Amino acid sequence: MADETTPVAEVPKPAPAAPAKPAEKAKVVAPAFRDFSTITALTPDAMLGSNPYPASVAHNEALGFPGELAEGWEQKAVAKMGDLLGKYRSLKVYMDACVHCGACTDKCHYFIGTGDPKNMPVARQDLMRSVYRRYYTLPGKLFPKLVGARDMSKDVLDDWFRYYNQCSECRRCSVFCPYGIDTAEVTMAAKEIMDSVGVGHKYVNEIMGKVHKIGNNLGLPGPALENTLEGLEEDVLEDTGAAVKYPLDVKGAEVLLVTPSADFFAEPHVDSLIGYGKVFHAAGISWTLSSKASEAGNFGMFIGNYDQMRKIAMRIREAALELGVKRIVVGECGHAWRIAYSFWNTLTGVGAGANDPFAIELQKQLDHNYKQPSHICEVTWDLIQAGRLKFNKDANDHRIVTFHDSCNVARGSRMGDYAGGQFDIPRHIIKAVTNHYVEMSPDTTHERTFCCGGGGGLLSDELMDIRVKGALPRMEALKRIADKNGVNFMATICAICKAQFSKVLPYYGFKMSMVGGVHQLVSTAIVLDNEQ
Amino acid sequence: MNYLFALLFYAATLIFVGGVAYRVYDYARTPAPLKIPTTPAPTTSGGVVFRMFREVVFFESLFKSNLWIWALGWLFHVGLALVLLRHLRYFTEPVNFIIAFIQPFGVYAGLAMAAGLAGLWARRVLVERIRYISTPSDHLMLALLLGIAITGLLMKFVMHTDIVAVKTFFLGLMVFEINPLPSHPGLYLHLSMVALLMIIFPVSKLLHAPGVFFSPTRNQVDNPRETRHLAPWAAKLEAKN
Repeated sequence: MADETTPVAEVPKPAPAAPAKPAEKAKVVAPAFRDFSTITALTPDAMLGSNPYPASVAHNEALGFPGELAEGWEQKAVAKMGDLLGKYRSLKVYMDACVHCGACTDKCHYFIGTGDPKNMPVARQDLMRSVYRRYYTLPGKLFPKLVGARDMSKDVLDDWFRYYNQCSECRRCSVFCPYGIDTAEVTMAAKEIMDSVGVGHKYVNEIMGKVHKIGNNLGLPGPALENTLEGLEEDVLEDTGAAVKYPLDVKGAEVLLVTPSADFFAEPHVDSLIGYGKVFHAAGISWTLSSKASEAGNFGMFIGNYDQMRKIAMRIREAALELGVKRIVVGECGHAWRIAYSFWNTLTGVGAGANDPFAIELQKQLDHNYKQPSHICEVTWDLIQAGRLKFNKDANDHRIVTFHDSCNVARGSRMGDYAGGQFDIPRHIIKAVTNHYVEMSPDTTHERTFCCGGGGGLLSDELMDIRVKGALPRMEALKRIADKNGVNFMATICAICKAQFSKVLPYYGFKMSMVGGVHQLVSTAIVLDNEQ
Repeated sequence: MNYLFALLFYAATLIFVGGVAYRVYDYARTPAPLKIPTTPAPTTSGGVVFRMFREVVFFESLFKSNLWIWALGWLFHVGLALVLLRHLRYFTEPVNFIIAFIQPFGVYAGLAMAAGLAGLWARRVLVERIRYISTPSDHLMLALLLGIAITGLLMKFVMHTDIVAVKTFFLGLMVFEINPLPSHPGLYLHLSMVALLMIIFPVSKLLHAPGVFFSPTRNQVDNPRETRHLAPWAAKLEAKN
């Protein structure tokens, strides 16, 4: 069964995903809800059987990686580690600084859901640190046993492939580490090293090939995209009587909207895309999508590969220059927003404050009265504050809403003018368009939010077991307010969260339609001029 | 023995200062190519200094994480800091009035330090998760630190040594004069372990002390949209375009 974001060759029009049937997948087991948050006991090797599909020779070679493991890979891997240690201060400091204090050991959702000790952040880091110590520190060279150092071997590599593909790079552990050690940085480095010796994850590497070849993660070609958008215009016209446009490749538009390609056809993603269009329509802002940059997602980050991440991000710069837009806005996508907010200025010059010709070429075109890039939530909230949008909040009265902070937005980016704006702005919007809002437990929101369980490139079918188990802490928090307050809608601003929860909610006894986008709520409540 | 300890401390000091200086230089020269502060993060440099201050002085993140580890770890580190300050009187003449003032507190700090270390070690043995991640070197490091604390406290409370002679010895070392060191097993043990700690500092997890200041998730300003952040090796990619 194809996942929502599994690349599909031909996608004619929006189609709701089939509900997940837990019975079909005997191996996938959701852990029982805990009565209260107990300390997870260790179950060594609980997830030893979680084996990601390796990328094929063709998928690896298309990205410039070796096709498969070859003679002498051990030395190559160790050399690559040395290369990364010289390029990334994060990796170098994090390999040295850990004191094994244990603060992070109970913070990872995958550890909480599985009890596998190798899913404790420090143990996951140690899979690499042990090799680092062996080759790059004096005590590890002299007394490997004493400091827990290991040779690079096939067994070690297998453990890396298994357990670095059980990390969603959500950075929750980095919040709690006294040195800020970020396991995501270690996981990314490990994936970069594995790719450099021909060991890649099929799901991720295949998708990156699609982006390069076709322009988006879903492999949705231009004409199909055009059809889909026309279909949306008809649907919205029918529903609201308003001629809301979903424009593609319009030169001279004010705004270029870059959104995850799942928004074009997956449920519930498409409802948020409909919402963005209504916001622009209501505010009278001219906007366009781009067939060249029809994907906000950038899996180059997941594999820690700067070149890939830069190459994928470059399409957006090129599209912006070609279309001559004044503003670049990013749709509801967690990791895409981290890359857009934190990395685009570095990678492609989308931002402000540059003094080099490469970045200035684009920055002089952009309108710096607005943040570049802006999140769609920043756009909508600014318009709400300016009184340019009207809502009928009662239209959302069938929903009792909560908000799930997506990890990359919460801990890897910001919105608005002050630290923490990324928490407030989506909530302000929800409260502006609904009457019933309930928070989940504060241990599971804001900077302490739990990953949905499908981030970091793990959103593939063969990893369903770890995905379901990793969702446990979020499902527990949801269960509490569902029982107590009748919450029946969990809003989020991430395509991966939406796809993951749609699949995972049924395993915990919830309806898959319980998850949706913030702009899905906006879309329901917004009042368009021609439907007073 | 005098010459042996003199040599040991000259070597240990060289390795400690040289080693740590090299590691700091190595961290400083390694670029951080991307903006990766753990958000919400300060949006100004002043804010980053304040965040780092809270982190280094109060162990803010650890406080959020686990109260037991925080309490024991903080007790140990603050105790150690006071004890180190107290020991400055063996290396300075005349003794600064602040150092003179904290002398009595330093004694309690020594006890606090030992208690913190014992608690941390107990966690390492008793808590299943922490036992799993512990390597032999983690235990030895605690043994070493606790050994230093206990021998120091023994000399304060149980078997005194000629502290004036110890001071003369160290003041002498600083001007390359070798004076006699009291012949005292507790002192020999104490000094040997301190020298060992200094020697392993630059190649061990003790690097967390300089490392924390170089941690990009903690020391970066959250302003990627306002200023362009580009590492030298990443800038070279642009030149190729």
